[in-house]
Amino acid sequence: MTDDLIARLSMDLRPVRRGVMWQLLIGALVAGGIVAAIAMYMMLGLREDIATAPTTMMFWTKSFYTFALAVLGFCATIVLARPDGRTRWPWIVALGLAVLLGVGAVAQLMIMPADQTMHLVVGGSSLVCPWYIVGLSLPVLAGVMLVLRRMAPANATLAGFAAGLFAGGAGAWVYSFHCGENGMMFLMLWYTLGILVVAALGALIGRFALRW
Amino acid sequence: MAFCMNADVTFAQVRTNGRLMVETDTIETRLRALMLAALDGDAAAYRTLLAELSRHLRPYFTRRLHAAHSSHAEDLVQETLLAVHTRRMTYDRDRPFTAWLHAVAHHKFVDHIRRHAIRPTVQLDDDAPIFARDESEDTAARMDIETVLQTVSPRTGALIRQVRVEGASIAEAAKTVGMTETAAKVSIHRGLKALTARFSGGRDDR
Repeated sequence: MTDDLIARLSMDLRPVRRGVMWQLLIGALVAGGIVAAIAMYMMLGLREDIATAPTTMMFWTKSFYTFALAVLGFCATIVLARPDGRTRWPWIVALGLAVLLGVGAVAQLMIMPADQTMHLVVGGSSLVCPWYIVGLSLPVLAGVMLVLRRMAPANATLAGFAAGLFAGGAGAWVYSFHCGENGMMFLMLWYTLGILVVAALGALIGRFALRW
Repeated sequence: MAFCMNADVTFAQVRTNGRLMVETDTIETRLRALMLAALDGDAAAYRTLLAELSRHLRPYFTRRLHAAHSSHAEDLVQETLLAVHTRRMTYDRDRPFTAWLHAVAHHKFVDHIRRHAIRPTVQLDDDAPIFARDESEDTAARMDIETVLQTVSPRTGALIRQVRVEGASIAEAAKTVGMTETAAKVSIHRGLKALTARFSGGRDDR
């Protein structure tokens, strides 16, 4: 019985390229990201001041924060997708980034006049922002989950959470080209909320979909 | 614990000195080489690897199951081999193969007993290795060391055995042979040097 299995498996052997996990995950990101970008462009559109926005610091803060969370999510995902993978630094760095952003947000609120507070914290889109981020992250999350199913995470829930952070960061990065908000506290609260919802969704899906 | 490790390290050292060195982790070295060849598409190496893994995995799973469930061991071996096959891309070529395999086997074991509501004989987080140490080799090495130590004076031999093999402190060993600590240190040093000279092949000065 076992000998038959061994014979069958060795007949079925195909070479495995070096760095194939990397390629699969990046491929899923690019494919999902293109879908998200097209969806954003068609349904929401670029922010009206897209020509001048790249000269503001806030545009780059949003871009960097979301991109960094996506990168950290990727780093955690690729380690946790292995049966013997353990990692902690991406969580710590992500938390550190959020804290740093929180400090910057408080500083910004203290510098700006008090009548600006509402604008910087709630803005005009805080009710929809997290949900757009979740929506734009879904194509990436679906792609990453599909390739992760071929891998072997020791902890399916945690790997799903990492995949959610990866996808959430990517979706939020795409969304940041539409969003015209200028408050750091807005970014800190609503973007982080949206990304965390995607991460939680990833953990929930991963718990069932990533078992092997 | 520190004692054991100390003794292990010295073991290897004495063996190296005596040209009796056996590669410390032959299983890891061999299996990893087979796995690397398999990842490059070498079916014969892959077949050898899987056959060898099944031989190691069978007792590993049997040990973890009550006699009443021992029939599950074969299922587990097959599930693990299948997982090794379908998940082989997750093996990082730069890391130990046995650690990866252990993680796969452990995962399959936990999954299997949960699905079948089986009670294992050991704690699930117990980390007993699949590739247990082959103790016969240790015995052989110990006998080699005894042979080697007979070629130095009995007192020096006793000191080396106590300090470098059994893991005693120099002070303790010095006391048992009735020497000062410094004299014991010198004696061990000279003894090992003489042994190195005698057993290192090329520099034979007998």
